[in-house]
Amino acid sequence: MEDMKEIIRNYVIKEYVEHDTVIGFDTPLISGGIVDSFSMVSLKRFLENKYKISIPDDKATPEAFDSVNKIVNLVNEIIK
Amino acid sequence: MAYSDKTRGMYSEILTGVKEAGLYKQERYIHSAQAADIEVEFPTGASIKKVINICSNNYLGLSSHPEVVKAAHAGLDSHGYGMSSVRFICGTQDIHRQLENMVTKFLGTEDTILFPSCMDANAGVFEAVLTKDDVMISDRLVHASIVDGIRLCSATHDTFKHSDMEHLEEKLQLHNDKRLKMVITDGVFSMDGDTAKLDEMVALCEKYDALLFVDDSHASGFIGKTGRGTHEKCGVMGKIDIITTTFGKGLGGASGGCVSGRKELVEMCRQKARPYLFSNTIAPPIIAGVIKVLEILSASTDRRDKLEKNTDFWRKGLIDAGLIIKEGDTPIVPLMLFNAKLSQNFSRDLYDEGIYAIGFFFPVVPQGQARIRTQISAGHEKHHLEKALDAFRKVGRKYEILGKTKQEIIDRYGM
Repeated sequence: MEDMKEIIRNYVIKEYVEHDTVIGFDTPLISGGIVDSFSMVSLKRFLENKYKISIPDDKATPEAFDSVNKIVNLVNEIIK
Repeated sequence: MAYSDKTRGMYSEILTGVKEAGLYKQERYIHSAQAADIEVEFPTGASIKKVINICSNNYLGLSSHPEVVKAAHAGLDSHGYGMSSVRFICGTQDIHRQLENMVTKFLGTEDTILFPSCMDANAGVFEAVLTKDDVMISDRLVHASIVDGIRLCSATHDTFKHSDMEHLEEKLQLHNDKRLKMVITDGVFSMDGDTAKLDEMVALCEKYDALLFVDDSHASGFIGKTGRGTHEKCGVMGKIDIITTTFGKGLGGASGGCVSGRKELVEMCRQKARPYLFSNTIAPPIIAGVIKVLEILSASTDRRDKLEKNTDFWRKGLIDAGLIIKEGDTPIVPLMLFNAKLSQNFSRDLYDEGIYAIGFFFPVVPQGQARIRTQISAGHEKHHLEKALDAFRKVGRKYEILGKTKQEIIDRYGM
C-alpha cells in the first residue's frame, strides 16, 4: 500500500511539478491547480500500465484523481 | 421579468468577489488611433493624458499606417461595408480568396482559410481535422484560445512541459498507438516572449509520424529574416502542417485570422470548422487593409528590421538599468517583478511618468511570476524608447530594485 502511494506520488512529482511544491498524500492535485485536468490522461495511462488495469472513463474523474490517496483508493477498488 | 432581485444579487456578489480578489479588469479609454503615442482617459472621467504605448500588439506599427488606412477606405468603396452572410452562402468576394492566396504565399504553405479571428481558427481547427481516435499533445503554456479549441475536440488530450523536448518525446511514445498524433505549440509564447523549438519539434514529429500545429500570432510579419514567422526563424519553412495566425497583431491589428497549411487539412476546415461555417465573413475593408499589409511586408523588410533594432535597444537598456527581464530576442519583453502588488504599483507609477504598460500577475501568469509585459513596435522611435527607459529607471529607483537579484526583490516584497 505504502509502495503504491510512493510510486504514484513520485510519478505526480516527476510529471507535473515544476517548482518546489510539496506533494503530500492528501494534497489536492486537480482542484489545487497542480495537475491540469487536460494532463490527467498521462496519469491514467501510467496507472493502467503499471497496475495492469483498465480504468473506465466514468471512473477517471477529476474528483477521483484529486489526491494521491484518492488515486490509490481508485486503483485498489479496480484491482479488487 | 425573469431577471429577479435574487438573480441580480447573485451576479453582484460574484463581481464583488472578483474585485476583492484584485482580478477585476478595467478598460482604459483611448481617444486616439492606435500608435506609439496615444491619448488615454484613465481612470474613467479623468482628463486625457498623452502617453507612450509599450503594451500593444502593434509590432510593426501598421495599425494606423496611412497606406493601410487608405487601402481599407478603397475596399469600403469598392466592396462595401459588410457581406451579411457566412462565407459559403454568399459571403466570399474575390478579395477574400485573393487574401487567402497571399497568406499562403507569405507563410510558404499549401493553402489558407480565413476565420473571423485567430480565436475562432483555434476553436474550430482541431475538431475539424481530428477524431476520438487521435491525440493532441500540447505545450503546457499554449494560448487560452488553443485550450478552448482542444476542449471542443473529441480527441484525447495530453500535455508536455513547456519547451521540454525530452518530455514531448515521452508523450509521443506513450500515445504511439493512436491513429493520428498532433503536437501543438505557440510559435512565440505571449507571456514570456520565448520561441518554440520548432526545428527539434519537426524532427520529433517526423520520427513519430505526428502532425505539427503552430499558433504564430505573436510572430507573423516580423519573426524570421523576412518576417514569415517562427518556422522561418527555425529553418523549417514548409514543414509545419498547420499554422494559425491573426491579422489583429503585427499584420495590421484590425481583426481576423486564418488556418494555413496542408491543403487537405485546410479543406477539412472549409467543410467542417464551425466558427467558419456559422459566423460572418470578414468585412471587406479589413480584407483590403490586410492585403495592403502583406504587400508592404512582401516588398521590404524595413519594418521588421527596425523592430529588431528597437527590441535589441530596449532589452539592452533594461538590462543596463539593472532590471530583470526574461531572456530572449522577441519584442515581447517581460520585466520581472515577482510580486503582484509591486507590478500594479510599478504600472501605476509608469503611467504617471507618461508610459502605458500593464502589470500581469496570477492567475494570468504563475504565482510569484508577476511582471510588466512590455511590447516593442516598429512604430517606436528612439526618443520613445529613451523616454520609457528613463521612466523605468526612475520607478525602479523608487522601489529600490535596480541591480537587485530575484531573491533580493522577493525578500523585500514577497512572492
